[in-house]
Amino acid sequence: MPKVSLTHFEASMLFALLTSIVLGIVSRRSDRERLMYGLYCFGCFVFAMFALSWLMYLGHG
Amino acid sequence: MASNQVSPAAAGTQQHQEDVPVSKWLPPVLLAWFLPGSGHFVLKRHARGGFITFAVAAMFLFGIMMQGATFQKAYFDMKEMTPPPDLLTRVINTGGFVGNLATGVLYMMTAWFGYDQADVAGHVHDYGTKFLVAAGLLNILAMVDVFEIATRRKE
Repeated sequence: MPKVSLTHFEASMLFALLTSIVLGIVSRRSDRERLMYGLYCFGCFVFAMFALSWLMYLGHG
Repeated sequence: MASNQVSPAAAGTQQHQEDVPVSKWLPPVLLAWFLPGSGHFVLKRHARGGFITFAVAAMFLFGIMMQGATFQKAYFDMKEMTPPPDLLTRVINTGGFVGNLATGVLYMMTAWFGYDQADVAGHVHDYGTKFLVAAGLLNILAMVDVFEIATRRKE
């Protein structure tokens, strides 16, 4: 099995993408609603990622 | 008198639960656990099943390629410890093992092929461990979705 070495950013984006796919599929009733909810979840993940990253950067001093 | 009345929505839900026998929903749910996405396939939700198979398998494979730790050794070692470990350790090891098991055949194959990565320091390994557990948690969500489809609570 090949080994991969991802950065924090790459791993977080991959996690956000795959999780958003499943959350979108299981949460809504029509295909359009699923797509929109998946995109919404992905956006929330990315927003939280940047917000928490800046918070830790600024909090670290 | 009013307390004995059941709302139409509650009555509808109760009727759905009574209408669908266990033999109708249990096989697809078990299949969804064993092979991620397959529960949707047998219920003829092919596209959704395909996406779930892709997402869960990709999450799991990336976890393996990042050399994430699995929890079977920690879980079984924990049971023989004297004195027993603290509550947080037990919750983490038990939850991690359940998360690993929830990926079904993917986890079984890694165990059968002898994959037993110890928990080591480093952000890549750490992400890998989380990816392996998250794949199982996503599959549990998919199993709940299969249950709702099979019991006709959802299209």
